[in-house]
Formats: sequence, C-alpha cells, structure tokens
Amino acid sequence: MIEYGHFAIALALVTALVQSTIPLWGAARRDRAMMALAPQAAVAQFLLLTFAFATLIHAHLTDDFSVRNVFENSHSTKPLIYKFAGVWGNHEGSLVLWVWILALFGAGVAVFGRDLPATFTARVLAIQGLIAVGFLSFMLLTSNAFERLDPPAVDGRGLNPILQDPGLAMHPPMLYLGYVGFSTAYSFAMAALIEGRVDPSWARWLRPWVLAAWIALTLGIALGSWWAYYELGWGGWWFWDPVENASFMPWLAGTALLHSAIVLEKRNTLKNWTILLAILTFALSLLGTFLVRSGVLTSVHAFASDPARGIYILALLVIAVGGSLLLYAWRAPQMQSGPVFAPISREGALVFNNLLLAVACGTVFLGTLYPLGLEAVGGPKISVGPPYFDRTFVPLMIPLLIAVPVGAMLAWKRGDLPGVLARLKFALAAAAATLALTLALGGARALLAGFGFALASWIVVGSLVEYAERIAFLRVPLARSWQRLRGLPRAATAMTLAHVGLGLMILGMTASSAGRVERILVMRPGETVALAGYEVRFDGVSQVRGPNYVAERGSFSVTREGNPVTVIHSERRFYTVERRTTTEAGIATNLLRDLYFVLGERSGDGWTVRLYYNPLVLWIWGGAVVMALGGLVSLTDRRLRVGVPRPTVRSVALEGAD
Amino acid sequence: MAAEREELQSHEQRRGAVWLYLLPVAIFAVVALALAWGLSRDASVLPSALLDKPVPEFELPPIPGRDNHGFSRQDLGGRPMLVNVWASWCVPCRAEHPLVTRLAREGFPVHGINYKDRPEDARAWLAELGDPYTYIGSDRDGRVAIEWGVYGVPETFVVDARGVIVFKQVGQLTPRVIEEKILPLLRELERR
Amino acid sequence: MRMALLSFLLILLVAASAGAGVRPEEILDDPALEARARALGQQLRCLVCQNQSIDDSDAPLAADLRRIVREQLVAGKSEEEIKAYLVARYGDFILLKPPVKPATWGLWIGPFLLLGLGGVLAFVYLRRSRRGATTEDSELSEEERSRLAALLGEDAEGARMPTSSSSP
Repeated sequence: MIEYGHFAIALALVTALVQSTIPLWGAARRDRAMMALAPQAAVAQFLLLTFAFATLIHAHLTDDFSVRNVFENSHSTKPLIYKFAGVWGNHEGSLVLWVWILALFGAGVAVFGRDLPATFTARVLAIQGLIAVGFLSFMLLTSNAFERLDPPAVDGRGLNPILQDPGLAMHPPMLYLGYVGFSTAYSFAMAALIEGRVDPSWARWLRPWVLAAWIALTLGIALGSWWAYYELGWGGWWFWDPVENASFMPWLAGTALLHSAIVLEKRNTLKNWTILLAILTFALSLLGTFLVRSGVLTSVHAFASDPARGIYILALLVIAVGGSLLLYAWRAPQMQSGPVFAPISREGALVFNNLLLAVACGTVFLGTLYPLGLEAVGGPKISVGPPYFDRTFVPLMIPLLIAVPVGAMLAWKRGDLPGVLARLKFALAAAAATLALTLALGGARALLAGFGFALASWIVVGSLVEYAERIAFLRVPLARSWQRLRGLPRAATAMTLAHVGLGLMILGMTASSAGRVERILVMRPGETVALAGYEVRFDGVSQVRGPNYVAERGSFSVTREGNPVTVIHSERRFYTVERRTTTEAGIATNLLRDLYFVLGERSGDGWTVRLYYNPLVLWIWGGAVVMALGGLVSLTDRRLRVGVPRPTVRSVALEGAD
Repeated sequence: MAAEREELQSHEQRRGAVWLYLLPVAIFAVVALALAWGLSRDASVLPSALLDKPVPEFELPPIPGRDNHGFSRQDLGGRPMLVNVWASWCVPCRAEHPLVTRLAREGFPVHGINYKDRPEDARAWLAELGDPYTYIGSDRDGRVAIEWGVYGVPETFVVDARGVIVFKQVGQLTPRVIEEKILPLLRELERR
Repeated sequence: MRMALLSFLLILLVAASAGAGVRPEEILDDPALEARARALGQQLRCLVCQNQSIDDSDAPLAADLRRIVREQLVAGKSEEEIKAYLVARYGDFILLKPPVKPATWGLWIGPFLLLGLGGVLAFVYLRRSRRGATTEDSELSEEERSRLAALLGEDAEGARMPTSSSSP
C-alpha cells in the first residue's frame, strides 16, 4: 500500500516538473493550450499528493510497522488521535504535509482563480510547481517517509510524550497552512515580476491568499504558544527560541504585506515594496523550514541533525530566494511609482506601519542569526535570549501600537492628524483612566504595567470609536446604525475586529506578566496555602494509569472565602514505552484568570508544588483568535471576488450594439 | 525639451536607486554564506572558556576505597597530562573507556574527576571496566566541575607542563579525535 | 541604577516565565535577595537545555548554577561579579543578555540602525513620491502599441489594459 504512495510522490514530481516548465513557456508565447496545462497539472498534483498522504496516514493508523516512518514514530498503544497526529510529528511526515499544503494552495489558485488572466495563472502555478519540484525531490532523495523496513518490526519506538497532546497535534497543520500559504504570495510576486507589470488588480487578487495564509499563521503561532504554556510546565508562553522566531518572522512580514497590499490596491502605490515583501515573507518561511531541520541553531548536549538535509534545503533556499531577489533587482526598477500622497495620510500611516514591522522583523532576524554570524567570523559563541528582545523588539512595537487607532482613522491621500486626535479623545481619556487606575491599585511599581494597560485600552477603545463613527452610533437612531453596520464593507468590520484582538492580546500579555502571583513550596497532604485571594488545599497524591503511561496525580481544592471554587489535578506521568517523565499542569481557566498548579517531586513526606495565579492570560490567545476572526471576516468580503470581466459580457454588448 | 529633462531626471533617479534594489540579494548572499558555514560545524558544542588559561584552583577528596590521595591542582604540571570527567551513570563514558585506557597506555597520565557519583557505584564501575586513572577526585556535588567549565559528561581536557589547559573535548572521545588531535598535541607538548 | 531599574521593569512587562525550575529549598529567606536571584537567574542560560534560563529548567546543572548564584548573593557579591565568575568558566554563551562589547555592537546597534536606515528610505520615498507623480510614463512603447492593436482584435484574455496611461 505504501508503495503506491511512494509512486504517487514520484508521479507528483513529474507533474510538478511539467507544471513548472510548459506553462511558463506557454505564457511567453501566449499559447492557450500550454497555459491551460498549469491548472490541470496543479489539480492533478494535489490529487496525487492527497493519495500519497492518505497511504501514509493509513499506515500509521493501522500500525503498519513495516513502514520505517511508522516504526520510528509510533507504537501500538498510542491513542488513535496521536497516531493520526504522529504522521506529521516527525521530519519526513511533516514534509509530506508541507508539500500537500503547497499543492492545496496551487489547486486553490487553479480552481478559484478562474477569473484571473491565463498568462498570470500560468506563471503563478509554474512557480508553485517549481517550489514543489524542489521539495518533492528533497523528500525523495533525503527524507522519504514511504520506505519499508526489512525485516519489519513488531512494534514501534513510540512518540515523544510531549508531542502526545491535542494542541500540539493541530499546531503543525495550522502553522504550515500559514508558512506554505505564503508561497502563493511569492508566486504572485514572481509572476508580476516576470510579466513586468503590477497594477491594483494584482493586489486585489493577492489579498485573499495573503489573508488565508496570515490567518492560519496567526492561529498556528497562537496554538504553539498556548501549547507551550500549558504543556511545558512553567507557564511561560513565549521564549524567543529560534524555532519560535522562525515562525514569528514570516508573521511580521506577512502582516506588513497585508497592510501594504491594501495601499497598493487602493492607491496604486508601494508596488515594489509590496512585491519585495511577498518574496521576503515566503523567504522567511523557507528560512524557518531550514532553521528547524538543519541543526544549525541548537544548544543541546546531543547529536546534530543530518547535515545532508540541511545542505539540500539551503540549496533550495538559495535558488528560490536568491533567484527571486535577483529577478527583483532586475525588474523592479522598471516598475512605475505611484500617485502622490501626503506624509500624514492613511498611506503614510501604513508606510509607518510597514517600516516598524519590517524593522521589528529585522531585529528578530538579527537576534536569531547574529550568534551564528559572529561564530562564522571567528568570534565568541554568544547567546541572544529574551533580555535582548525585550530591550529591542518591545520599544520598536510601542510606536506602532500607538499608531494603530490613529492610522485607522486617517483619510486617504491627505489626512488631518489634529482632527483625528480630537476624534480619539475618548480613547485617550480611557487610556489615561486605565493608567491612573493601575497606579492607584498597584502603586508606583506598576508604572510599566499601567502603560501596558493604557496601550491596550487605547487600541481597543480607539478602534471601537472609529467603528462607532462609521455607523454613526449614538448620533442617529439605533436602527439606522444597525442598517449602516449591515451595509458596511466587511473589510471595515474586519479591521476593527483585528485591531481589537490586538489590543486584547496586549491586555493579556501585560496582566499575566505584571500581575502574576507565584507560590513555590513543599506541601503535605491536608495543608493549605493562600494564593491571590484564594485558599488552596493540597489533598494528596494518588496513582493513576493512562493508556500508555502511569502517573502520580495530585489534587488541590480551591476555595475563595470558604466557598468552593474548583478542584485542580496535576500529574507527573511516566510513559512506559519511551521511558520519559512529563508533568501535566492542572489549570482552571476562566475569562479573568488562570489557576495553574504543577505537582513536583516528592520531598520528604510532602511534595514540591508550584502554584501560579495568572490574571487575564486567556486573552493572549483569545485576542489572537479575535485577530484571526477579523482576517476571516475580511476574507468573506465580496469585493475580493471580482476579477477580470469575462469575454461573454463583451460579446453580449457587441450583439446589443448591432 | 522639458519632457526630456524630466525623463532624464527620472532615469537618473532610477539609476541611483539600482544599488538599493541589489541590497536585498546582497544581504541574502551574506546570510546564505553564514548558514552554509553553520552546517559545517556542530552547534551543540560549547568551546571552552578556559583554553590557554591556567587550571583552576581545586582540591578533591579521593573515592573512599580506591586510594587516599584524591586529586588537586598540585597534581598537574611538570608534564602534559589529561583530565577526564566521568561518571558511572553516564553511558557515553562507558563507551569511551577503552580510549581513555589507550591514552593512559601511551604513557600520558590520565586523571579523573568523578562527577556526582556515589563511591560504591564508581568503585564498581572501575572494577568492571578497569582503572586507567592515575589520580581520581570525587566531585560529589559537581562544584569543581563547574570551576572547570564542565556542563556535561564526559569531557576531557589536555593540560600542558605549565598547568595550562590547551584542549577540551566535549562529549565522548573518538578514535579520530585521539589520532588527529589529542595524541599529536600531547607529543608536541612533550617535546617542548 | 536607573538603567537597572528600567531593565527590571521592562523585564516585568514582557517576561513570561517565573522560575519554574526553582525548588522550594533554594528560595532564600530574604525576599529582596531572592528577587535579585530570580532576576539574575532569568539572564543566565541553562547550558544543557534548549534555550531556557536556569530558573526555568529542572536540569541538575541549572540547579547547581542557581545555588551558586544564591550563595554568592548572600555572600554580598554583586550581579556583575557573579556574571563575571560564570563567564570566566563558561564564556559569554551563558549570558542570555549578550554583553555589550565590540563583537556585539552590531547586535545592539543593529535595530536602531535599521530603524534609521528605514526611516531615511521612507522619508526619501515620501518626498520623491510627491515629485515623482509627474514623471510617469504616459507613452506606449512600440511593442506595447502593436500588442494593444492585436488585443483589440481578439478576446481580452492575456494582458490587461495598461493602467498607467489615461484612457483613450
């Protein structure tokens, strides 16, 4: 069965080769038949890869340990859902997911892009095909998930227990939808460069694809962060780890791209910059793929990853990114600059947005790769950790965050800044009040937290004020406002949602950092400790058995002023096959706070316990979800569906003229 | 005439800007070179901060039952020597043991720092595999190892006649490292 | 002093982890000293982990280093002295906040240089944009002219009308 999958991959490679060559030639010669091959090949490739993926999933789900990939990463006692997720929980399998999503987007362009001009579609799909050629050959030559083991094994090696988790199961697919989804933007940019022309409709065609990838990446990163929070046992949600940065950089560039494409579409300007961003966003995705698989940035006293794989991906990177940037350097100077706008305007604000996002992205890039570069030139080996990013990234973001509600209100072409600030005075008052309240409650120490809260309320209230203006809220009867709301272009609602989500994230980040309360101590069964207004009683430890682990389970009863609130359990699990111990924190979540308890080791006649009170921490990921929701709403805007007028319209008109 | 001048001006503007358009690909080239270099080395190894510095001050008690001498700074110097950090619970230490024995047989004193080990486990390990060490210090809490900048086991140091650390092997010894780096270095140091 | 305070507050704003590896028996009795130990611990790398600070890791080496930090703080050493002690043994790698020295100037100045460079480019673009509007190409090249003619005679399928020109 798996051999069919293997064969399908090989066929897909051939299809990709066809897809990447003939349509390009056809576009240059305006040959309809050759160009039409592109969407056909893209759909065929998608079907072939779906089949191949299915055979691999089937092998995992049926415990087929004659397949090397299943042997290395699975075990018969693993719960079914993790057998499924384990397909992409390893290098080879995740590559299959990667190319499958690449083909998914290619097929998407083929199917939904029917209104696009044929030369354009042909070129876009040809570039997608080229990327597929690169990754499919990489798979077949160095990382084949479809190999057999001879002799077949009786059972597998199991999956790292840390990965046996619902959040982490969904994290790679979501992340890849984002990462790989930006390949479409890249292909669009390359097609535009080859064509030698960029016009506002290009930006309109581009926008849904960038949005889709951006939404997925936002959710993927949020999932990863949330997973790290509840799984890794110390309640942190971002560590500026190179692997995290590898996904954050495309997100920063992608957000800049999203905003820059808006300017291009509306005002026909920032062309070269938007193209560059489209290339860079995907380049950063590829860089991320390289960084996490090549072993170039690790720090563990352990073996390094296979350098052969690293070399191959680096070659892919050089060809894809180097090639596109060379093409850019050659063609972009010939593209025209756009109409004029005053520096203080919506366009100006978006330039400001792009500037800061790009510099922030560059900073993360610098921090992540500087140690490598320094070592390469013979310097000392250094570490760049959270203290660096706190001092560079955060100060860069603050002006950007302040500008968010302002930019959303400025008019196109020429804006009235004093007027906008006057209209935002309610938001300014809200921010000032929040700062004052925080200082009143927390004292002078809470100054920075106060600024964080003030920033969050500035963004949230400012965005709502803008929306309220648009629907003339409280200035006309509510029914009229409702009518106006229904008539608003979806993109307007989307913008407000996304910005509000951003503000909520800032709220969650500030509150959970500044307001966190921690108790680390040894508790004996029956003892009680106070935590942020709650009383926590340790009820002792019992032994439990899971499907593929045994565990010690600690119970904690939480009350507030004597009234029971909840019971929290935390486990220390020992996975029998993999022989690893993991800790499962017990978390009680509501909209206002998390109670996060971790059972530690036995200590004398008690246990070490770590109890945390994390206020408003849910909003870090809740805000991200709201942000992604905003993106989704924007995606459903009907204006994005208009394409090139079809020939039938013209012929009808001609007939009418007769 | 005016149109021509405008055309020339915009052309010059574009010409001046060409270097700007080459900037992304130039930056990328530098990054790619750094990444390629990165592939050629093992990222997990932390080079020693003590290279070309004198051995730290330390004094370790012996493993009870093995000897009465222990291991301290006084024991180093005079001729090139090796210091091997090991533990009975460390699997790669077991794998490299034959190579440690080989180094001792070449005539170079190999001293041991027994890292976070119980004496009975250490003695049993030595009894089972053999004891090539001249002196062994028992570092129960690992503090002396920290003085040496040790962050895992096994690690092996080459100390020259002046008592200066000249080489550190992080992780298991391999025949290659012994042939290509350690033995030539020891012989070179002996000659001086 | 103010820099240290500012840094500490900045850390408060964004730092998300809080000593998940710290054991109860390690916690110092003096809360001010313990707070200093935590702040310092957040800046020291656990050498055998994947990008964790010694405070967040439960590796034995991290515990050893935490103990050393606390012992030296209790003995009256300053943060700088303790960092110097560890750097002498492990190199700059152990510092999660890279030291500011010639080798790392690029790292610390970089973001602000980027901002400056970007700002200048944006500024120049905005000014050129103002002047540049009048120098758009409004002439069709020979090739474009013949293509236009060809297109008007058949389906509008491949190329789009050039938008830069004013409509006829």
